Amino acid sequence: MLWEVFIRPRRGLSHTHVGSLHAPDAEMALRNARDVYTRRQEGVSIWVIPASAISASSPDEKDSFFDPAADKVYRHPTFYEVPEGAAHI
Amino acid sequence: MYGSDFPLLDEVDSAERELHEAAGRSVERGTDLQRYFDDVIAADQKIEPRDWMPDAYRKTLIRQIAQHAHSEIIGMQPEGNWITRAPSLKRKAILLAKVQDEAGHGLYLYAAAETLGIHRDELVELLLNGRQKYSSIFNYPTLTWADMGAIGWLVDGAAIVNQVPLCRCSYGPYARAMIRICKEESFHQRQGYEILHILAHGTPGQRELAQDAVNRWWYPSLAMFGPPDTESTHSEQSMAWKIKRFSNDELRQRFVDMCVQQASVLTLEIPDPDLRWNDERGHYDYTQPDYGELMRVIKGDGPCNRQRMAHRRAAHDDGTWVREAAAAHAKRKAAA
Repeated sequence: MLWEVFIRPRRGLSHTHVGSLHAPDAEMALRNARDVYTRRQEGVSIWVIPASAISASSPDEKDSFFDPAADKVYRHPTFYEVPEGAAHI
Repeated sequence: MYGSDFPLLDEVDSAERELHEAAGRSVERGTDLQRYFDDVIAADQKIEPRDWMPDAYRKTLIRQIAQHAHSEIIGMQPEGNWITRAPSLKRKAILLAKVQDEAGHGLYLYAAAETLGIHRDELVELLLNGRQKYSSIFNYPTLTWADMGAIGWLVDGAAIVNQVPLCRCSYGPYARAMIRICKEESFHQRQGYEILHILAHGTPGQRELAQDAVNRWWYPSLAMFGPPDTESTHSEQSMAWKIKRFSNDELRQRFVDMCVQQASVLTLEIPDPDLRWNDERGHYDYTQPDYGELMRVIKGDGPCNRQRMAHRRAAHDDGTWVREAAAAHAKRKAAA
């Protein structure tokens, strides 16, 4: 069974994908992940997730899938003109 | 011994930085898959597992990454040979950590190969039935403790010179695995260099061991860079795909140039009477390794090929019951 491994490098940071490994169950996947991916104190917390449980968007639909984000410039603060003299905004 | 900086590690860092910079460049995406693939590579961006890629690119990568992974796994044997006989507890702990790293590197690489659609079981089978190869260097025996020094300095040194440019490989999972590996690999080289330095400055007998190890490992290490450019079959296409960044001979030359200065600090001789600085080229001239021997070793006729494969097969067979027990345990727990 293939597992994807995510590691939180330090407290306060998000878990980040670091790679994958094979293991028969979650407990062994965690132990293997410790041995394979944290031999030099790379993390304080590990998640392992069965690769089959992950649904991924397809790179082929990259443009159409993410398209709606591109034409909404008003979502960014730089879209707006701040009147002269206004502070702290 | 390397000064305060380690230029190869700087290169790894800059490869990592460039990976992030390139990711920010935008590449126009039309309907032509081949064109988009070419444009991504031209922009120094990474091809990722689910992207379209030419079949030959996929096959080349599987072959290269698998061979690399197998080398890490078989590469545990020559040094594993000395774990029980390391001269001190400190050296034993270091050697254990190094061999464990090699297992880890093999696993990073198998995982990278698997993102290309080949299964782990197939990769293991291709190694065990001899259809895929591993680096010829691991078919040489480790006769004395000084070989642990020579392997670290020369074999790992050559591996690093070979591998640092792979941190810039166009295939994302391979490039990322190589960045991790190269960072860990620098300790391997330094511990070997330290072993040789201590032996070379020890008793006359220890010094002799150190020199003998360098004599035996020098030419096989030069051969690790593969056949000369004039006979290298895969190079041109791999360069165009940015899988490979430098030719075999360029990397071999870079390695020789580095070793000369390092050998002088060790006060050991490189066993090449024709080794000398060439002012015109700005490089050292050196004697080529015996490529006929390299081909014979790759084809299976080196000093330890049979022993290495027999050991690997036995280890795999001996582990069968563990894999079966773990699978049975997981199944029973899932049912409960």
